[in-house]
Amino acid sequence: MALSINHNAHTGALPDFRNLGILLRILVIVNGTVLLTALLQVQSLRDWPRQITGNASLVEPLLILSLLVLAAIGPALRRLPYAAGAAAVLAVEAGLTTALHYASHWLLIVDPASLTRWLVVVLLVTLVLLIYFDLRGRALSPALSEARLQALQARIRPHFLFNSINAVLSLVRQEPRRAEAALEDMAGLFRALMADNLELAPLSDEIELCRQYLDLEQLRLGDRLQVEWHIDKMPGDALVPPLALQPLLENAVYHGIEPSETPGVVSINIYAVRDRLHVVLRNPYRVTGGHHGGNKMAVGNIRERLQLHFDVAAELTTRVGDNLYEVRIAMPYVKAGRT
Amino acid sequence: MNVTPLSVLIVDDELPARSRMRDLLADISDALPVTVAAEVATGREALEAAEAGGIDVVLLDVCMPGMDGVEVARHLQQLERPPAVIFTTAYDAYAIRAFELHAVDYLLKPIRAARLQEALTRAVNTITPKAGVLRELQQAPRTCLSAAERGRVHLIPVGDILYLRAELKYVTVRTAEREHLIEESLTRLEQEFAERFVRVHRNCLVSRAAIRGFERIGAETGEGGWQVLLAGLEERIPVSRRQQHLVRELAR
Repeated sequence: MALSINHNAHTGALPDFRNLGILLRILVIVNGTVLLTALLQVQSLRDWPRQITGNASLVEPLLILSLLVLAAIGPALRRLPYAAGAAAVLAVEAGLTTALHYASHWLLIVDPASLTRWLVVVLLVTLVLLIYFDLRGRALSPALSEARLQALQARIRPHFLFNSINAVLSLVRQEPRRAEAALEDMAGLFRALMADNLELAPLSDEIELCRQYLDLEQLRLGDRLQVEWHIDKMPGDALVPPLALQPLLENAVYHGIEPSETPGVVSINIYAVRDRLHVVLRNPYRVTGGHHGGNKMAVGNIRERLQLHFDVAAELTTRVGDNLYEVRIAMPYVKAGRT
Repeated sequence: MNVTPLSVLIVDDELPARSRMRDLLADISDALPVTVAAEVATGREALEAAEAGGIDVVLLDVCMPGMDGVEVARHLQQLERPPAVIFTTAYDAYAIRAFELHAVDYLLKPIRAARLQEALTRAVNTITPKAGVLRELQQAPRTCLSAAERGRVHLIPVGDILYLRAELKYVTVRTAEREHLIEESLTRLEQEFAERFVRVHRNCLVSRAAIRGFERIGAETGEGGWQVLLAGLEERIPVSRRQQHLVRELAR
């Protein structure tokens, strides 16, 4: 399925040719190759720019055409087994090279080098790029089980777990119904934490999870925790990496609310502008005192997963303001049911 | 057998945790008669409740906003008859290791009734943790220093302190309003509050934030020295010859 994380430890996968990051990488690598080969071809450095222009006039049409074609048929190719997909990409490149070769004869009346040599170079570069993207995918996703374990440890703060159990225990006798609701929230939360979490999930599910989490914290912290939701303009059908928000809220409570004797507000603001989804989380922040460590971990973990799904198209930034800590996420607005 | 019930103070910032503790104490009351003297949510309230006297055991949550449990225990020691302290914590790897290391009694939340009963029984017969041990347990600098005054604990917020000066047996704590005497070592205070205070003289730490400037004295005699001016204080603190380099570093 096209929306799953496209790399894992065992099988290779074609890159997403519609992703800006992938496109940029291809452009940089191919054009870099052009620059370097031009450098080898010339006698003196003065001739370098001219040689580059010459080479580029041959390479760029093919490059741009290839990117367009791959972007068009990419999703279909990615549904094939990896070997077949890779072979298809090579075949596309060979076809385009041949077509351009003859087209340039007819149209531009230039005489490029022999077709065979062109084919060898194009196929080699394509192969190198495919291998590069495959290796990069593997490097970004450590062995699956290990990743899952680490993620779990990063997300369940023992402190939260035991305090929540304790809070539920206190309700069992006096308010059995609230205890039931709290246990249901806990079950929901842990089910999500222990799930595979490799595929993008609807934002509305993530919000539900956040609500369950915050209800549990509210149980313990009472009035000290105040939550402001600004999600009227939120597109519930947007797809996001699972657990992209809940760990950030946990951070907000742990660092912003718990160390403070006075009540504090955690605010969640989610909206879409054109094809971008924006999430802004704010919590009170004080420089001195409070809990130590652990903060960078959740943020780093989420940033890594955003990158895995969206490459450079997603960004996560944090800011410390006047008694305020803010996390901003911007990512592509991918609608559910459209792959 | 008619035993006086044990008087217990519950300290926890979370309401459900306090009510759970109350339930547990009720559960074990057949085996061990207990009365809950008070239940409070912050360290300061705990000290106030303890000052009123008559409390045998404090069930003290370690992880609280503002003043944490270990600091509360340290201030409690200023009381003439400090109550026994049993720490409670849900999870704090560092604190638990430290408790184990110093054989300090603690209870893990969720707490079992049997464990609570054991700990309370033991607490009646044991003395409170020693000052040195509590000092070891403290992870972050305290928020306040405490001085014993007529059987009460007087808290001095660290932010209000202008200087700390070692006298023969005591350390003088000077705030804008008045002086207090505490029984602590200046060296340990210097270590604990290294970020806030700077040693200007063998026997004196001054608050970095309170420094308003430096003044040259005795220049005519050729034996020139420097003095520190502190905010809201007439008194000048001499800078020792060895610490003169501070004048340049801090004056700016």
